[in-house]
Amino acid sequence: MSATHIQLDAQGRLLHFLTIEGLTHRHLTDILDTAESLRGVAERRVKKLPTLHGKTVVNLFFEASTRTRTTFELAAKRLSADVLNLNIATSSAVKGESLLDTLHNIEAMQCDMFVMRHSQSGAAEFMARHVKPHIAVLNAGDGCHAHPTQAMLDVFTIRRHKPDFPSLQIAIVGDILHSRVARSLIHALNILGAGNIRVIAPRTLLPAQVENLGVQVFHRLPEGLRDVDVVVMLRLQRERMEGALLPSEQEFFQQYGLTEERLALAKPDAIVMHPGPINRGVEIDSRVADGPRSVILEQVTNGIAVRMAIMSITLGHHARLTGEDA
Amino acid sequence: MRDVESLIETMASQLRELLARHKMTEPALIGIHTGGVWVAEQLHAQLGVTTPLGRLDISFYRDDFSRIGVNPQVRPSELPFDVENRHLILIDDVLYTGRTVRAALNELFDYGRPASVLLAVLVDRGGRELPIEANAAGAHLTLSPDQHVRLTGPDPLQLLVQTIP
Repeated sequence: MSATHIQLDAQGRLLHFLTIEGLTHRHLTDILDTAESLRGVAERRVKKLPTLHGKTVVNLFFEASTRTRTTFELAAKRLSADVLNLNIATSSAVKGESLLDTLHNIEAMQCDMFVMRHSQSGAAEFMARHVKPHIAVLNAGDGCHAHPTQAMLDVFTIRRHKPDFPSLQIAIVGDILHSRVARSLIHALNILGAGNIRVIAPRTLLPAQVENLGVQVFHRLPEGLRDVDVVVMLRLQRERMEGALLPSEQEFFQQYGLTEERLALAKPDAIVMHPGPINRGVEIDSRVADGPRSVILEQVTNGIAVRMAIMSITLGHHARLTGEDA
Repeated sequence: MRDVESLIETMASQLRELLARHKMTEPALIGIHTGGVWVAEQLHAQLGVTTPLGRLDISFYRDDFSRIGVNPQVRPSELPFDVENRHLILIDDVLYTGRTVRAALNELFDYGRPASVLLAVLVDRGGRELPIEANAAGAHLTLSPDQHVRLTGPDPLQLLVQTIP
């Protein structure tokens, strides 16, 4: 069984959220519609819903993260869950505890959901295979494999600005090779029927057979940006690079950095996205990142509602499965 | 049974009388998705209320989340007015166990502290499991637990009573 299958029950309902691959249009639109209903909570006097009252969510981060971890934490708290944050990069893993031992120890604390980030691809799937049946596992990024909640908040942000996916041309620019964000986003856009998905990158920063993902490949930024509706810039992930994949950051910016002049090649109402953290002057110029077309901070806000949606949907299905209160 | 329009007229006249008796001015109407919103839209017009209509989806406040999970048809709640210190009229199609109204009241109070809340329903079918009663009702029905009453709409609004074996 693959990650695709392990995250669904026999009726095709989401039990875990590990990867976008293999999900249906219906799965994605259910998450987006639920997130839309949750967006308003932040504007109320009480920014909290009782939905996950009495549940415990554990943030298990084996890799550093600020935005993703805090928005997961806020999402859980806005649903009235209790949250435990474990930064394992600085705890037991260093002392040599295995992933399974960590898992069993946290299970023994009677938790209901694991949100997990790990530098190894497949780590969240491994957890999902070994957890007790009442626990839901959410993948908050595994190696270069997947970052499905980021992909959902990206398509949610796109849909709020440009709801007609079949008419859209979307360019994803930069370090595609190391980007779990790009991989998950490409799958989500394909499932939602996006008109044209382009990846723009030097050959050294593209995975082998990238065309098989259903994208059009460009090596030159000006060509690829022409008439697009959405530009998704990726962070240059120097920490994952082995050997000389690129000459220098300055040269990368000269060829692939998004500047106002280059953005002018896209449609006049094109939006600019970036999953963060931004390397200013490496993949994006500050004037674009802070400019009127940038929706980068909206992505952060939307991440909370989208994560609330995924948490309540997956835990809701677990409740049904275990027949709690029945 | 009488048609839905005449039931709504009954609700409207009961509400007019209540508002006058308690000297409640500028009330806001709030319909509970989905049937309650349909009824609230008609009452809003009949009562000539100037405050825009509120719509409440109580999915995230239900007490049976751990049995049925999230309703995939959930819609955003919209209260286009300040709840604080306002007289509210909460409107639903069918009043049965009272659990929906409990959830709706909890949600309302997360928006602010209203001056008062009245409950108006198209049909009160009895069978309460919580201490909740309607201030205005279009009709009172006595139904057995295997009977189900449902409002279909929005055009036309019709009440269906079915027996579920």
